[in-house]
Order: sequence, then C-alpha cells, then structure tokens
Amino acid sequence: MKQALLSIFAAALGLAAAGSASAATTLETVKARGKLVCGVSLATPGFAAPDDKGRMQGFDADICRSIAAAVFGDGDKVEFVPTNINTRFQALQSGEIDVLSRQTTHTFSRDASLGLDFGPTVFYDGQGLMVPKSLGVTSAKELTEAAICTLPGTTTAQNISDFFAAIKGKFELVVFESPDENRAAFFSGRCEAITSDRSDLASIRAVANNPDDYVVLPDTISKEPLAPAFRQNDSQWGDIVSWSVWMLMAAEEKGITQANVDEKLKSEDPDVQRMLGATEELGKMLGLDNKWGYNIVKSVGNYGEVFERNVGQGTKLGMTRGPNALWNAGGLIYSPPIR
Amino acid sequence: MAFLHDMRFRAYFYQIVAIGFVALIGWTMFSTASGNLAKQNIATGFDFLTRPAGFVITESAIAFEQTDTVGRAILVGIANTVKVSLLAAIFGTVLGLGVGIARLSHNPLLARLALVYVELLRNVPLLLYLFLWYSLIILILPPVKQALHLLPGVYLSNSGLVVPAALVESGGLALLACLLGGAVAALVIRIISTRRRVTTGQSNHGGLIALAVLVLPALLLWLANGVAVSWDFPTAGKFRLTGGLHVRPEFVALLFGLALSVSANVAEIVRAGIQAVNKGQWEASAALGLSRGKAMRLVVLPQALRIIIPPLTNTYLTVFKNSSLAIAIGYPDLVMVSNTVMNQTGQAIETIAIFMGVYLTLSIAISLLMNWYNAHVALRER
Repeated sequence: MKQALLSIFAAALGLAAAGSASAATTLETVKARGKLVCGVSLATPGFAAPDDKGRMQGFDADICRSIAAAVFGDGDKVEFVPTNINTRFQALQSGEIDVLSRQTTHTFSRDASLGLDFGPTVFYDGQGLMVPKSLGVTSAKELTEAAICTLPGTTTAQNISDFFAAIKGKFELVVFESPDENRAAFFSGRCEAITSDRSDLASIRAVANNPDDYVVLPDTISKEPLAPAFRQNDSQWGDIVSWSVWMLMAAEEKGITQANVDEKLKSEDPDVQRMLGATEELGKMLGLDNKWGYNIVKSVGNYGEVFERNVGQGTKLGMTRGPNALWNAGGLIYSPPIR
Repeated sequence: MAFLHDMRFRAYFYQIVAIGFVALIGWTMFSTASGNLAKQNIATGFDFLTRPAGFVITESAIAFEQTDTVGRAILVGIANTVKVSLLAAIFGTVLGLGVGIARLSHNPLLARLALVYVELLRNVPLLLYLFLWYSLIILILPPVKQALHLLPGVYLSNSGLVVPAALVESGGLALLACLLGGAVAALVIRIISTRRRVTTGQSNHGGLIALAVLVLPALLLWLANGVAVSWDFPTAGKFRLTGGLHVRPEFVALLFGLALSVSANVAEIVRAGIQAVNKGQWEASAALGLSRGKAMRLVVLPQALRIIIPPLTNTYLTVFKNSSLAIAIGYPDLVMVSNTVMNQTGQAIETIAIFMGVYLTLSIAISLLMNWYNAHVALRER
C-alpha cells in the first residue's frame, strides 16, 4: 500500500517536471523525428481527405508537404494527424503536432490568447450560405425566419447570429457536432440553408447527389483568412512555415512550376537563382538546405498549381481564384521579396 | 504513545493521509497545468463567463438572447439537459414498469414481445439509436413546405411538430390555485382512506374521491368560463410556420432514444424485483382471495419496490449522463453549448471543468434523492 502511494506521488512529481523540460526547438525536434507532424481536417474534400490509395490529398495537405520539403527535401516526410475542430489548438499547444494546417481562421483573440502564432494567409475565405436552388432565394437577407444548419466550431455560429442581428431578423439555428449529420440535415430539408466558410460549402456541395441543385449565395458575411498556425516563441520555426508558404506564392509569380523547376535552376533571373538556391545561401539562414525552394516547388508545385489541383475549376469544388489570385492579377496573394 | 495502537485513531489517520495524497496530486496537476498555460501565454480564469455570448440558441428552456452572457448560455444548456433527462426518466419509468410486468405475463406472446423489446434496446449502443431515430424523422417526414396538416393548427414535418399555443389571458392564477388546492386535498383524502382501510379492513373508494377532488374544481372553473385563453395558431411564414408551439425533431429524437433506453433497463429491474419476491407471497394472496392483478398491485409490487430502488438510481444517473449524446443530433444540451463556448473563447480546460462539475453535482443530487427515497421505503427490521 505504502509503495503504491509512493509511486503515485512520484508520478505526480514527474508530471510536474515534464512541464518544464522542453528546451529543443521545433526544427530540432522535427529533424530528430525524421518527419513533420501536421494537423489537418477530418476528411474535407479539397482541403484534406485521403484518396482511394490512402494518400492525403488537398490544399491544406499540400501546405504541410511544402514545409516538409523545405525541411527534409522530401514532401512526403509528413505524418498527417486529423484534428477535431474543438481540440485542434490544444493539439498544437501540447506539441502533439508541429503545425496546424486546417482551414483555420486567423483572428485577434486566437492570436493573442491561445499561445500560438499564425503564418501568412494561404486562402482568403469568407462565410457564406448555401441553399437549394428550388428555394428561389438570391440573397442571405431573404433568409429571415429560415432554419440554418451549422457546426458548433469556429466562429460560424457567432457570425450568422451577428448577421441576422444587424438586419433585425429572427432565424432558427440548428447546430451539429458531426459534419455528416449537418450535411444530412441540410440535404433532407430540415434546414433551408447551411452556413460555413465558402470553401467548405463548395466541399459540401461537391458531395451532394446532384450538386447543381444547390447554390452558394453571393453574400459573404465574414472575413475568414485561413492560415497555418504554430506555437508561439519559436521564431525560427515560424519563419520556416511562413517562408515555405511565401515560396509557393513567389514561385507562381516567377512562373516556376513543378514541371519546369529543373530548367529554371539554370535561369538567368537573379531572383529565381536565389529562390532555387542556385546562388547565395538563403536556406542556411533558416537552418535549412540551400535548395529548400527548389525542393518545395519540386514536391508540390507553385501556389497556383496547388490551388487548381485541389479546389480549382477542374475539381469537384470548382472554385475560382477570386481574392486568391496573385496581387498582379487583381488578387490578394502577395509574397515579400525572397532576397 | 498508546493512541498509536488505538484502532479508531489509526483508521482515521490512514484516511486522512490518503485524502491528503489525493489532494496533493490534484493540486500538483492543477498548478502544473496553470503554470504551463501561463508559460505558453494561454489565457486562464473564468472572466469569459461574463462576456456576451454572441450566438443564438434556438431551443431553450429559459429565455436567452444573443446579447446575454456566456454564463447564461451555459445555464440554458444545463436547463435543456435537465429538461430532456427528467422527461425521459418519467416516460421511461412508466413504459418500463409496463414492459417489466409484461415480461412475466402468462400470455406467451406478450411475454416474448416484451423480451424482444428489451433485448433489442439493451444490446445496441444508444448513440446508434439516436442516429436512427433522428434520420427516420428527418428523412421520412416531409419538408416543412409540404407539412402534414393533421388537425386544425397541428402540423407535422421534418422540422418538428407545431401545435397551437395556449396563452392564458386571465384566470391563470385561479386555475393554478384550484389545481394546487385539489392536489393537496387529494393527497390528504388518499392518506385518510388508506389509514381507514388498514384499520377496518374494508376497501373504500378513496382513490376515486381523491381523483375527483383533484380534477373537479379546475374543470368547474373552466366550464364556468373562469379562465380566458387565447390560442396562438401557427401560420405559414416565408419558409416555415411561425407562431404556435414548436416541438423540434432534435428534442423528440433525443427524448425518444433516452426514454426507450430507460424503459428497457427499468423493465429488467422491475422483472428482477418482482421475481425476487418470495413465491409464498403470491400463494398467500391467492389464499386470501385476491385476484392476480390485485396481488401484484397490493402485495408483490410494494415489496419489489424495495429491491428495485437502488438499481433504479443507476438507471437515472445513466440517462442523465447519456443525455450528453445530444450533441450528435443537434440538441443544444450542456455539452453542445459548452463546445460552442470553448470554440469562441479557446478556454477548454475551464469550460470542461464547468460541465464536469455540473454533471457531478447533479448526479450526486440524484443519488442523494434516490437514497433518501430508498431509506423511506426500505423494510424496517425490528
């Protein structure tokens, strides 16, 4: 009995000690482990969902791959951890994952109070509403008195409440924990409308029996800049995540693609030479291989390629670039200079 | 140092040491967690409870607006949890009592049907039943535009049942007074008639008189137009029915699932309780000329009750805790509201601590109540 008590006491002390012993930087931890652990969504087609061969596909998954490519030179050295919408930040805080790439909106209170930082916005999204075409509704303002289905997570419930409070309209909010039940309730007509980020709505529409029966309304009722998140107080790791994302954007701007990256190594353009590591030693400054940029583009392509492959016009989601076009094509995607 | 050999002192001493250890471990975990949170710049504390909630809760047992506080939102969740658990416990107990007695019926068809009912409900996880009931409701019933018009003002669709709401305009207090007074009088009459039956051995009509006293005053008041009621009939709005009283499918599916699960457990407890009563009691009742129904009601069930109460406590605790499965089918119970709060504030530890504390407190309250009732009906051996 005494021994049992002693061992419990020892365990409690051990617990206390474990909290204080985390000296290694994230980069060291990741390198020692030999792979990146990346938190993604639970099966969201277009953003992170396994394909029929079990390989994780999607926009968020490719962001993870680009970081792995920067660190290891191989975009496949990633372990994808599907994270629950409620526990995603805890997974990051506790060190279970190295980076969270999960359609996560960058907001002030998350940045300030959760002990984490956000990288550059990878996807400019906004909350929208989807309705059946047969409802004959053309604007979200016409939806007063309607029942609206949503998930408890994120700020969706608050945004839609704010929207109707502003136009002084009443509505019925039906909140589901499971995305499947949420979709089923909408498709069966329990709710007139379903609300989520527009990217997510495109994903829900893609799995409908007949996607053409549904229409995403033009109203965007909130700003949802989706960005990867990482733990606070490790600026080296933060830089690696941020510049991996910016490298994708810069590569598109410079016309470097997965197919032509080898030729571009011989490019005369000094910017391209620096990005791909043909000259200077930018990679070393981040503690990475000098060819980190080359490795990223070789693994996943540039930003435009990642977008079109996962969520673009050729996919079931069929999204247009919109605000996610490059800055010089009327969009918001802009990388600081890589020099 | 004689007290060291005192058995009672040692018993207390060891208990105090054990409690001390548990408290120490708890405190260590708490201080480690809060220390780590502070180190990671994660906000802690319960300040968020006084902030405005900012979201709406469609189904609430107490009034709630978007501008109310987070604390009140959690209170709404608690009220919703209590509402659905209480109703499920009541319906489930009544149903389970019937099924449990049917299990022991001499009619083989009835007994087997009851057996199948119990086994089907007991052996599949409740969560799956909830999905089943909910899917059946939303897939089989038509959308609200083609709602079934059952009676004037009564509509049934996959958005739930809508019935006219009665708004008492005047005479409400008088009606309440009649009902309360009737209830008290009925209780008194019942106690007196039981006592008289016990002393004289004559059966009387105490039960019927009590029922009449309970119902008649309110009925007379109603017939004399003492109560003015206006009916709020549902009308077709742009998308759905407005006005009237809404019973939402999420609530119905959850209530149905919980009540059926309670009834299956209660049925088995009742069956076991009845079977545990000595066979001699049945024979003695028969010898006294009591019919089987009377023997069950007057002799066997009261004795079975003593055996039934302790396991029944477990069933009630289970239904209360199982109500947290509401989250799967969109009923805004405590867990669902807490989840939304957790997402907006990011303060998971505090929110989870609150809802665990609430479940613990209410569960212990149920236990205490049932233990008190158990002590009340337990056989007093002399």
